[in-house]
Amino acid sequence: MSIQVRDVSKSFGDFHALVDVTADIEPGHLTAVLGPSGGGKSTLLRIIAGLETADSGHVLIDGKDVTNVPARQRGIGFVFQHYAAFTHMTVWENVAFGLKIAKTSKPRIKERVAELLALVHLDGFASRYPAELSGGQRQRMALARALAVEPGLLLLDEPFGALDVKVRQELREWLRRLHDEVHTTTIFVTHDQEEAMEIADRIIVVNHGRIEQSGPPEDLYDRPANDFVMSFLGPVTTLGGQLVRPHDIHVSTRPTTGAHRATLERVVSLGFETRIVATPAGGGEPVTVQLTRNQVHELALEVGDTVYLNVPHVAAA
Amino acid sequence: MGKYALRYAVLGYLALLLVAPVAMVGYRTFQHGVSPVWDALSSHDAVQALKLSLLITVIAVPINVVFGISTGWLLARRRMPLPWLVNALINLPFAMSPVVVGLAVFVLYSRTGWIGTYLFSHGIPVLFTWKAMTIATIFVSLPFVVREVVPVLEELGSEQEQAAAVLGASTLQSFFRVTLPAIRWAVVYGTILTVARSLGEYGAVNIVSSNIVGQSLTLPLYVNNRINQLDPTAAYSAGLLLAVISLLILVGMTAFSSRRHVEADK
Repeated sequence: MSIQVRDVSKSFGDFHALVDVTADIEPGHLTAVLGPSGGGKSTLLRIIAGLETADSGHVLIDGKDVTNVPARQRGIGFVFQHYAAFTHMTVWENVAFGLKIAKTSKPRIKERVAELLALVHLDGFASRYPAELSGGQRQRMALARALAVEPGLLLLDEPFGALDVKVRQELREWLRRLHDEVHTTTIFVTHDQEEAMEIADRIIVVNHGRIEQSGPPEDLYDRPANDFVMSFLGPVTTLGGQLVRPHDIHVSTRPTTGAHRATLERVVSLGFETRIVATPAGGGEPVTVQLTRNQVHELALEVGDTVYLNVPHVAAA
Repeated sequence: MGKYALRYAVLGYLALLLVAPVAMVGYRTFQHGVSPVWDALSSHDAVQALKLSLLITVIAVPINVVFGISTGWLLARRRMPLPWLVNALINLPFAMSPVVVGLAVFVLYSRTGWIGTYLFSHGIPVLFTWKAMTIATIFVSLPFVVREVVPVLEELGSEQEQAAAVLGASTLQSFFRVTLPAIRWAVVYGTILTVARSLGEYGAVNIVSSNIVGQSLTLPLYVNNRINQLDPTAAYSAGLLLAVISLLILVGMTAFSSRRHVEADK
């Protein structure tokens, strides 16, 4: 399914959650809506789902205006941050829910639920209750429940936000693999740039109710439209009044054209990576630079040394 | 020692104020053996009083359960206009003396009352019939289900209902398949309290009843009537019957509430 969002605005009292948002989501893609909390990304997802009504603007699914179509008729799957598991139903009943509502035949329900439980690796858990599952298992169950009705569009609202780091990482990779198998158009909301960079085909960066930039992850990382996108998508530091990536800074012990002289303040070894912090000669914010252990070794850097910093492509521009 | 003192003080207080009077009723009832009790309870007047109490309860409880769940849902899901006013109104029967409730029904349904005038002119007398007694009972037992259901619905949140909606369920399907099962213990608990109050109501019902023995007395009214008529055996027997029913309700409630805690822990 393709999704078009046209000039959508939404306020909650005085708070403008979305302001004239326009976005296109292409079919078959895994799209991340990325932004800080309170930026409006969940509201955007909920308006696409029909769980929230836009104050103005339109939502089109496959070219059809669905702005006034209730959620239950939109043919979508939705995964909530806190699972929204039906607590009084078993895993099996949870997954079968949408199929029962759709009046699917009993043998077909059995077959489909078994298929889905296998897909989310919950084969042995059919008769458990959600309260007897771990967070990761609950979220996989929620995903199976959403996929059961074969939605044309899968929406996930901070799906891994409530899980611990290790489980998050696993589920993230697993979602990407699942998407590669199932190819359902998928939109997920996250405030974790790493998560978005790692698994999304497209990223839409939302902040203060507006879309800052959208495109493939590499584009956003390499050619950010503004300082917000740049700083949200990866680490940044300031050099000569400009926002740059710490790993883009070139370090030399001899003066080079256009380089900034600085005094090395700290050398922090992080295994393969080493982070150095240097204070510019003219004063100002300390600059953070990311180097490899070998580079530091070759340059024989020590605290108190004078170093020369420049960014090759910034100097060229 | 201090903590034991408090315990015994509380237990002594409960014994004196709750256990002793009930035990006394039990003792007095069976003072002359079982057969006078049986005779008293199987008398026409006692049976009529029990039947009337049950009739009123059977009508009042389902009405208040349906109304209570609907109102509770609207309040918890913030779909109720003027929620502060509705909340205050629902608490009114808790705050108001039942006698005043009875008086209100009396005034409204009497021959000159707003509704009474209309009903009498159409040949439907309500005041001094079981209908007015039922209306008064519905009034006094109205808040129990609402008050039980609202906090549970609020804690439950609307996410499960939203999940059901996205999966294609209509509002009714979502209510019966998702919401109601999730709040069932609160509904059971509220229902039990409503039953207890409906069976035991005295003040409000007393005002709107014609108070004719063997015709328009509920069980609590009958107890009072027998005391006034110096027929202690009948009064004690009917009183004990009411106490036994309450006790059964309490036992049921405790069983349900422990069940509820087990589920909450899961």
